[in-house]
Amino acid sequence: MSEVILEMRDVHKRFGDHEVLRGVSLALHRHEVVCLIGASGSGKSTLLRCANLLETVDGGDVTLFGQSLLDARIDPDLVRRHIGLVFQSFNLFPHLSVIDNILLGPVHALKRPHDEVRAEALALLERIGLADRAEEYPDRLSGGQQQRVAIVRSLAMQPALLLLDEVTSALDPTLVGEVLDLLRDLARAGTTMLIATHEMNFARDVAHQVAFLDQGVLVECGEPAQFFGAPREAATRAFLERVR
Amino acid sequence: MTRPTGEPSSDAPHLFLTRRRLLFAGRRGVVASTLSSVVLVGALVAVFFLAPGGAAVRHFFFNPQDMWQSFVGDPAKGLSSVGRGLITNVWMFLLCEVLILLFGLGVAWTRLSQSPVLLPFRVLATIYTDVFRGIPFLLVIFMVGFGIPALGLHVISTQSPAVYGCVALTITYTAYVAEVFRAGIFSVHSGQLLAARSLGLTHAATMRRVILPQAVRTVIPPLLNDFISLQKDTALVSLLGVVEVVRAAGIYGSTEFNYSGYTVASLLFLALTVPMTRFTDRLIARDRARRLVGVS
Repeated sequence: MSEVILEMRDVHKRFGDHEVLRGVSLALHRHEVVCLIGASGSGKSTLLRCANLLETVDGGDVTLFGQSLLDARIDPDLVRRHIGLVFQSFNLFPHLSVIDNILLGPVHALKRPHDEVRAEALALLERIGLADRAEEYPDRLSGGQQQRVAIVRSLAMQPALLLLDEVTSALDPTLVGEVLDLLRDLARAGTTMLIATHEMNFARDVAHQVAFLDQGVLVECGEPAQFFGAPREAATRAFLERVR
Repeated sequence: MTRPTGEPSSDAPHLFLTRRRLLFAGRRGVVASTLSSVVLVGALVAVFFLAPGGAAVRHFFFNPQDMWQSFVGDPAKGLSSVGRGLITNVWMFLLCEVLILLFGLGVAWTRLSQSPVLLPFRVLATIYTDVFRGIPFLLVIFMVGFGIPALGLHVISTQSPAVYGCVALTITYTAYVAEVFRAGIFSVHSGQLLAARSLGLTHAATMRRVILPQAVRTVIPPLLNDFISLQKDTALVSLLGVVEVVRAAGIYGSTEFNYSGYTVASLLFLALTVPMTRFTDRLIARDRARRLVGVS
């Protein structure tokens, strides 16, 4: 297996009295796609947010390229420039045009020259078939288009890995396909991704590993064929039974 | 089985206006509103003309000749022009509005800053907004206008009363406007902050590029509201002896024993604030329409 990019070891996270993550361990290798499944409230989003330091971790360790992110000398802003995060609700910036949404990070966080990034951004938009919408504002786009722009916005940072938090859950069923197709393309191109999702067929097709999170515990992790075909744990079987 | 149209079936629910509301239905509604307006205005005018002191009030407050006289002023009699006084009010509030916007944003920014170095400034900013929103403006004017000159400091204590008036207005209104800005910043959806920080933007860059541009848009109507009341409060600077609209009207009143100058002053303030209130209302309506369309 290739180099480990992100590793979580025995991660605990508490909100007040409620322990959302109870000792989760997970490794993400370069070019690997891991799908994270589990019911709402099982801790998927929190796990993703702990990985890019949007949430602080209460116990355990998170490492990026072998460096502990819990080290006090770590700059969270630098960490986040290497980790893309895409949200369920897109969170595009409504006051900026599509192209400016994409340019914001590279220009104002990475301080890269505007013209150079602009050319790259247009190429990315070309790839998702939205180059002609570059100057429009997000509210003029459909949900599926907005989410694809949000994914491109993360990609423009050239991150080492991409975290995707139920990116199709807020979409009209007819628009889910175009977003999943984009993710399939990215997976084929070797993008490292940790994907929280409810789309089981997608997970089966695309994931190298599928991990099942239940009430803050990582119950089972395995290759899709084994995971969906012959789940080891009773809790996994019960969950798969329910979503089928 | 067919029934002729227009004839209700026996079990049809009752769908008709009550007889009383039928009185105002359709065109009769226009007649009713016209009639009620005429009656109301007529009653007010009648009170004005028929009241025992009506004639005196008309003479002391609404004498066209005195109104004109006070408006243009008469240097020979030592009468300042109320119209000229308005210029003082206008430059005061224009200057103050610029300062208030800058300082208000600064105070709001400080209160929301995260750097540990800025902790004392955060505390100060909080105390400042609490204190100056709590003290009546009248008292702030006295404290600044009479207190600072009394300190006997070089330059600082030797400014004109108009300058102290502007200082007092800026101090008080900055406290309000800072809170308006802060509320606007909080009104921006938290997803925007998360998205910007996830791109690796610093706190400052996130505020400047993502949060503030959106906050300012929502904050414009309440901000204009504060500016309308600021425009009126420039009148209180007259307490420091600045000859602006109200002071000029007061001089006319005490010299000529006629208060029509105050009426002129009121009309001049209305001429300033009414366009502003109409404009604010239009902005609010436009903003509402945009939100109702469902732009989240």
